Amino acid sequence: MDVYEKQLVEEIPDFEEHVPEKHGAFDISATVSSVKIHGWKQVTGILAVAIVILGGLELVIRLFQVPEFVFPAPSATFKALVTSFPNNYTHFLITISELVSGYVVGASIGLILAAVLTQVPYLEKVITPYILLLICTPTIALVPLLMLKLGFNIWPRIIAVSLASGPMVMINSVTGFRRTDLAKIALAKSYGATTFQIFKMIRFPLALPMIIVGLLVGGIFGLITAVGSDMVGGKIGLGNKISYYSSLARMAHFFAIIILVATIGISIWIIFSRVGKKWASWQE
Amino acid sequence: MDDVIVVEKVSKVYASERGPVHAIDRFSMKVKEGDFVAIVGPSGCGKTTLLWGLTGLHPFNGGKAYILGEEVGKPRKDVGIIFQQANLLPWRNILQNVLFPLEVMKENTADHEGRVKDLLESVELTGFENHFPRELSGGMQQRVSIVRALSYDPKVLLMDEPFGALDAYTRDEMDTLLLGIWKKTGKTIAFVTHRIEEAVYLANRVYVMTPRPGTNSALFDIDLPRPRPEGITMEQKYFEIVAEIKKRIVKDVEKQKEEGVYQSQAYSTVT
Repeated sequence: MDVYEKQLVEEIPDFEEHVPEKHGAFDISATVSSVKIHGWKQVTGILAVAIVILGGLELVIRLFQVPEFVFPAPSATFKALVTSFPNNYTHFLITISELVSGYVVGASIGLILAAVLTQVPYLEKVITPYILLLICTPTIALVPLLMLKLGFNIWPRIIAVSLASGPMVMINSVTGFRRTDLAKIALAKSYGATTFQIFKMIRFPLALPMIIVGLLVGGIFGLITAVGSDMVGGKIGLGNKISYYSSLARMAHFFAIIILVATIGISIWIIFSRVGKKWASWQE
Repeated sequence: MDDVIVVEKVSKVYASERGPVHAIDRFSMKVKEGDFVAIVGPSGCGKTTLLWGLTGLHPFNGGKAYILGEEVGKPRKDVGIIFQQANLLPWRNILQNVLFPLEVMKENTADHEGRVKDLLESVELTGFENHFPRELSGGMQQRVSIVRALSYDPKVLLMDEPFGALDAYTRDEMDTLLLGIWKKTGKTIAFVTHRIEEAVYLANRVYVMTPRPGTNSALFDIDLPRPRPEGITMEQKYFEIVAEIKKRIVKDVEKQKEEGVYQSQAYSTVT
């Protein structure tokens, strides 16, 4: 049988179907299914808890006449939120624009890098340690350095946000793009699919749940970094307002800003859990 | 009638950690137009390798194989493949799954809609177009994969133990369903299975492969009435044919054992 000893390059193929791992670094189901609110019973329950906590707080603070600089009453916080909003509005917009522009740049680069690097395993192995380094280093720490170069404006903060969100998006997307389902790729190839078609029709949809998780985590990391950079950078932004009000012990105004920041965070979560429900629910 | 599939002394050797593995050794077969041929043999005799070779995804090392007069080697529109697993894309609904090959081939899906609807009806899946694979049973998923393979109207169907992963009752139903589709469409079918009962029930002719390395052992013409009468699988004549083929395979194994070349497939991953 030495006739065909010639090209023994091909290894024994595995004809079995490969089911991709359901859980990566983060599990999409955490964003899709952890909070589902149905029915008036649950809604009233949640509202009741809020009323009890806020009402109880209000009552205790009034009863014992706790001063605002120790802890503000919920009503005072609400009042501060409304009255100071015209003043805080521009800072709110500044932090949002830092977050959005930094995030768009960082997430795009992270996503493209993930898609390209996973096609070249050697490059992936070389680049990944540096991405991990970026993830493990709090990029807020770079803001003072960036300020020396770029001045007291929003540019250092935008760069910090993109450095914080980009690697998060990338590392999760890499996990997604690595889930190569050989049986599905063989299926596409049997219809004569090109490399680009395989990417578009198999690899990308297979990676999408992990990409959405990456976008969500990247968004939250971006927000943390935007607010933190405001605190470090000073002058403008919601983070700066937080340090400002706390230094004056104006706690009602302080909490009003916290509510604004939390609203941005919750919005990020809602957006991506909606996106996940629409594009990644097949995985459940 | 012309020979649609011609296989001439094809061989396939894989590299493995323990040296080369000879999966197929000079196997030959011919399938006429509109014929239904089954290939049986013990586990690991290279049946699947033969079919994958014919698809061109894992080319043979030796010999030649032709489908419709053209040498195999690349994916083509006149050959449909049905795998062991339905392998549907979970993010696409049933209709989108069925249209997947047409999209890859950049065909206008609207031109094929009529036939696809007919096919879905013939496998009793009308009304499931907008369901997702996870909502369907294993048998239903495999029916979708049959429609998917037929969506671009290939002349030849290569089937690799398509019902192997299903339970016994569903499998019998699927066999009957497949005969119905064959009768309706007149495709040329090469069907790989390790179940001799299934091969005899479905095929006009059954090729028997020896244990690894798979080579021609015998060819049986199945002399049973067409269309297969109900209850044929419980009749004496059917059992006799099945027994004859089984004896042949046992003999092949015995012979290899005597020669000391038999490799037990109990630990092998190659089928």
